[in-house]
Parts: sequence; structure tokens; C-alpha cells
Amino acid sequence: MKPTDPAITWLEEKPLGLTERLYLPLFLQGLSTTARHMVSRKVTVNYPEVRPTVGNPLIYRGVHRLNRDDAGRVKCVACFLCATACPAHCIDIVATESPWPDREKYPESFSIDELRCIFCGMCEEACPVDAIELTSLLDLTGKSREEMIFDKEKLLSVYDMTKDAEPMKSKTLAAGGMATFGSAPGSPAAAVGGHH
Amino acid sequence: MPTVIVDGKEIEIGAHERLNCIEVARRAGVEIPHYCWHPGLSVVASCRMCLIETGTRDAATGKITMMPKLVPGCQTPAKDGTVIVTDTALVKDSRARVEEALLIDHPIDCSICDKAGECLLQDYHFEHGQAERRTDLNPFHSRRRDVGPTVTLFVDRCIMCTRCVRFTREVSGTSELMVVNRGSKEEISVFPGYPLDNKLSGNVVDLCPVGALGDKDFLYQQRVWFLKRESNVCGGCSAGCSIVTEHNQDTVYRLKPRENPHVNKWWICDDGRYGWHHLHDPARLLSAGRLVSSNDDREAVEWSDVTTRLRQELSGAGRLAVAVSPMLTIEEAWMLCAVARSIDQQAALFVGHVPVSGEDESFPGGFTIRAEKCPNRRGVEAVVALFQSEERSWSDLVAAVGAGEFDSAWITAGYPHAWIDDTTAAPFGRLRALVVQDLFESPLSKLATWRLPAAGFAERAGTWVNAAHRAQVFAAAVRAPAGVWPEGRLYWNMLGRRGLYDPAAVRRQIAESSATLAALGGEIPAVGVDLRIDQIASS
Repeated sequence: MKPTDPAITWLEEKPLGLTERLYLPLFLQGLSTTARHMVSRKVTVNYPEVRPTVGNPLIYRGVHRLNRDDAGRVKCVACFLCATACPAHCIDIVATESPWPDREKYPESFSIDELRCIFCGMCEEACPVDAIELTSLLDLTGKSREEMIFDKEKLLSVYDMTKDAEPMKSKTLAAGGMATFGSAPGSPAAAVGGHH
Repeated sequence: MPTVIVDGKEIEIGAHERLNCIEVARRAGVEIPHYCWHPGLSVVASCRMCLIETGTRDAATGKITMMPKLVPGCQTPAKDGTVIVTDTALVKDSRARVEEALLIDHPIDCSICDKAGECLLQDYHFEHGQAERRTDLNPFHSRRRDVGPTVTLFVDRCIMCTRCVRFTREVSGTSELMVVNRGSKEEISVFPGYPLDNKLSGNVVDLCPVGALGDKDFLYQQRVWFLKRESNVCGGCSAGCSIVTEHNQDTVYRLKPRENPHVNKWWICDDGRYGWHHLHDPARLLSAGRLVSSNDDREAVEWSDVTTRLRQELSGAGRLAVAVSPMLTIEEAWMLCAVARSIDQQAALFVGHVPVSGEDESFPGGFTIRAEKCPNRRGVEAVVALFQSEERSWSDLVAAVGAGEFDSAWITAGYPHAWIDDTTAAPFGRLRALVVQDLFESPLSKLATWRLPAAGFAERAGTWVNAAHRAQVFAAAVRAPAGVWPEGRLYWNMLGRRGLYDPAAVRRQIAESSATLAALGGEIPAVGVDLRIDQIASS
């Protein structure tokens, strides 16, 4: 758009009035914000002694998990859409023909480099079968780089660990969305990370 | 000149050109969607996707009369005064309805379909279809049927364009595929006991506009949008088919034919199509090795040292014979000859081993698989002729080495298959210095004092001349594996030329010094140039 475009409305900045030139009202306004925070409820916690609460696990973007279907098999169909959407190129999939008659393709291996991941949630958004999800597990540690590359088994185990506290999002949303969601965030978080 | 009017735009066509409306519209920059029509196959006009409005313009009065109904563009010849209209509401509505009808029966399993990303059903639906699906009859899953050793059929994805059926009848002449059942129950199938098993079978996968026919070799290996494409030439035989090498991260995943009316039209054979696996064979030679005299081991030599040490050893070894492999490009062959002559003024040049297997095999569609399993015999012969008037072959070299005419030899090979036996190789063991440049270990390379790795066809850059004297230029599609210097790079450095190996510079130099290869000096189109035409013009 050019500066001469008629759709642009040009505004002049108002000249400062007496109160603004005194600075005193703005000074007091700033101080009042400070004072308000001194007496209001604190949002910081003494992590790791105190665990932070995750407001809404449905939209929190923590450690990934690979969901299982009703038969306990990996839900992923190896369509590579998450790997395509991933801006950090941290997902690596090897696809092959599935051993099951009702499915054509499945991931022989599926790994996410959690160190490379930027937790943007694009993989979850791209997935056509709701197989990959981001949990509300927020503390992710490991002793080596290799340990931080989560393979299929580990991602499935994250699902096994978190499925009770955080049911599959497709099911939660189908059942009425966030209102029905239980308020038990953070509890299984300590089990994930470097302890595997 | 006959004039055709496409969406109000006048297009002139050749007086004797036989074009249908799709082809003429394409020249006007208008794409008429079509499934069943293919320029290499007969017309059936069964998919109804190319329906357009046509009419004629009266030459005398200029009055245009339109046909009351839509006609298939593939079946309607364009002649002088033909009027083609593709952008009316009637045409658009017709396309949307065809798309809807096709999708009633189509499992929308794009997410696991190998064709997704290069599927005409996807593309046309995006462009011409409706946003919403009004029926949902079929499940997500498509039935699968094995139709042959190379191809698998996803029955429910098929849109019954019958391109594959016509291909086996008209081009391969084997007629394995057929349509079974009638009406909405139509399916592609094979007769029990007669699978789709011919040397051109892979082409039906390229022809399939949707994901119904899948290539077993490529199935689920890679999503097509990850693949990068490089125009290449097939090195499988002396036909020199134009191909596209599709690769990702220096790994080749598949080869596809590239349209070239002078060579392979739209097809390639299965030998060529699946003939890239040797590139990633773990048995490939991956480093330059010099025999250590104390035992049979080889020490790995840095390439920068190879260039100097090789020259030193060969110049000290006496009479030199060089076999210029027909797998090399013209540029590589020319540089090899130049290197050899700079080492030994009298170096004898031989055209390397020319592998031949069986007879030339022709198909009804005009496609020929050559018996000569190397891509550049003619090119190498022309290059060697520039350095030496006498033409000498591989068998001459074997005989001469057996007779003790030479003290050292430099054998270039690069054949994907085993090519020499112990008896033939034995006399080479008596040489004072033997350089063997090959893809794999062979009886000959076991005797070599210098064993150098060669590059595969997709790793080379340069020019090949096929059996019909057509020179095609190509760039390297993938990098050679770590530790391998392609021949071009080695010779370039041995000639003391600076910078990166530049095939175009070598090509210009060759063209200047040769009447046979003079055509290589100019701009070379993607379909290549016929070297003979240029010679006739210059003589």
C-alpha cells in the first residue's frame, strides 16, 4: 500500500496538554500499578518445590504424545503431515505397510527431537487423525541429547501415562469441550523426562 | 494458417498439425482438465472432464455458430475457424458435477495415498470441484489388489479412466490389464494367472492420474512433496531415455520418465526405472586406495594426494594404456584422454568394455530397450577419435595387455553390474601399475595398484550421446557419497584446472576442436540435439 492510498486515514498527534507536560499524573499511574501488584495474588511459584498450575491443558503445549486407538495400536497413519508442517524439522517418520487388515500404512518408526522442537503445536493442528498431541507436561529434562530424541515407544508411553489425567482432545472436545475437563493438571509431569 | 479461437484469443496452428482442443487450448495458455486423454494413447473420451463449448466461425461472414451441447475437448479436432470456449458457467458446472460424481466412489484417504501432492483428482477438485461433499458412501479404506510384481492396485481409488488398460494394449502390447464388471461396479483387474509383468509395467503408475496404481518399489517410501527433481538421462542402456531423478537428502527415491519426443516419448522401461538401487548399495567403493606393497592391503589416500601421486606413479611406469568407459560423460572422457596424454605422450586410448545383454527389444508403441547396456559408447568413440586416429576396443586392450605391449593401464569402468571375470582380468596383474576406477569391487580391481571409486549415473554431470546420435546434457542430481570424487572432479583437478569442475567449459572446448561434436558448443535444449543434423549442415 502506498502512502498516497485513499484508504489510509492520516492522523495528527495531539499536542501535549498541561497535565501531560507535568508528568505527575502518569507518574502516579505507574506507581499505582506497582502498588496493586504488591498486594494482589502472586502468580509466581517456588518451582520446583511448588508446581505451577496449568490453566487449560487443552491448549497448553508441552511434551508430545502419540495416541493409541481403541485396540491399543498407534493411532498414527504415517501421513507425514506433522513432519511437513513442522517448522523446526524435528519429526522423523519411517512409514511402511501396516500389519493390520483395516489399516494401510503405519509408522515403523516415529521420533521427535524434543531439543529441536519449538513447541508451536503445528503438528497437533496438522494431524488428520488426532494421533499426535501436546500434553501439559512442562518440565522436560534429560542427561544426553540422545535421550531427548523421543521414539515411538516413548511417545506412546507418554500417552499411557497421561491418558487418565488428559483424555484425547478429540474425545474431550466431542463431549462438550473444556467445561468437562477435570482439574488435575501437573500431577503426572514429574514422571516424564530424564527418568526413562 | 488455420486459426483457432480459444476463449476469444486467436491462435494460429500449423497447416498440417492434427491437434485436439486440449492441445490447442494449452498453446493459448488455457488448461482444459482431463483424466482419460493422454497424448501417447488412443482417445476414449470417457471421463467427461474435458467437456467444453465449441463452435465454428464462418470464414466468409465471420459469424460464429456454437454447438448446442458440450463436447469432449480430447475428441474434438481443432481446425480453421474452430471456436473453443472453456470459461462459461455451463462448462464450469459440468466440471464440478464430474468431480462430484468421481468423489462419490472415492475413498478420501489422501493422507495415506502416495499420489497425494501430484494427484489430478486433488488438483482438479481444488480448482473445479465443490467445497462440500454431499454424500459419504464409502469408508476411508480402499481395497487393494496385487496386479503384478511391480505394481499394486488400490481398487476403490480408481476413477476408471482406463489409461493403464490402453497402455498395456497399445504401447507394451501385452494386454494384461482389463476392465471387469459393468456400470458403477467397474474395476481394473488382471486375468487370473496373467499378472501385469512386462518390461514397461512401471509406466502405468505414471499414467494413473489418481492413486489407484502404486509402485511397490516406491510405496510409502516418501511423500512426493519432499522430493526434489533433477532432469537426468537414464544410464541403463544406449537408448538414453530422458528421466527425472527424484531425490531427497542425496538419496534417490524414484526415477520418472521425462517427455522427449525424439527419444523415449513418455515412457521408460522397468530396468531403467528401478535401476538406481546400486547407487545406495553398501558394497560400493567409497575411498581411493593404494596397494601397500608389503601385503595385499590398501591404504586410503586423500584425494588431494591422489591427483599428484597418481600422475607420478604412472609417468614412471612406462607405456600407458587407458580404457575410456562408455559410462563416462563426453566431458569426463575428454579430460581423461587429456590427462593420459599429459602423463604419456604415446598413451594408447581404448574404448572401454561395452556391456551387451540379449537383443534390442521393441514394443508396439515404438519404444525400444537397447541390448547395449551403456549410455555413451558413441560419445566416447567420438572423443577418443579426437586424440587418436585408430579406433581400438576393449578386446584389443585385453589382447594387447596379454601380449605385454603395456607396462601400465588405467581402466575406467563404473558399471552397475559385474562385468569382468578372473580369466579376463588375470593378464592385468602383470602390469607395473594398474588404476581401476569402478563402482564395485571386481576381479580386476582386486589386482589394481590404485583402486578408485566411480560415480553413479545420477552423480555425474555432462553429456551422453545415445544410440541415435542424440546428445543430452544433464546436471548431477545427487552428490556422490562421502569419500567419492566423481570422475569429472578428479580429472579436472589432475589437469590442474582451477575452481569447481565445470562441464559446460569442457564442452565448449570439445566443440571447438571437433566437427563431430560441434553441436555441443551452442545452447542445448532439454530434449538434446541430434549430432548428425549439425554435421549435415556444416558439410
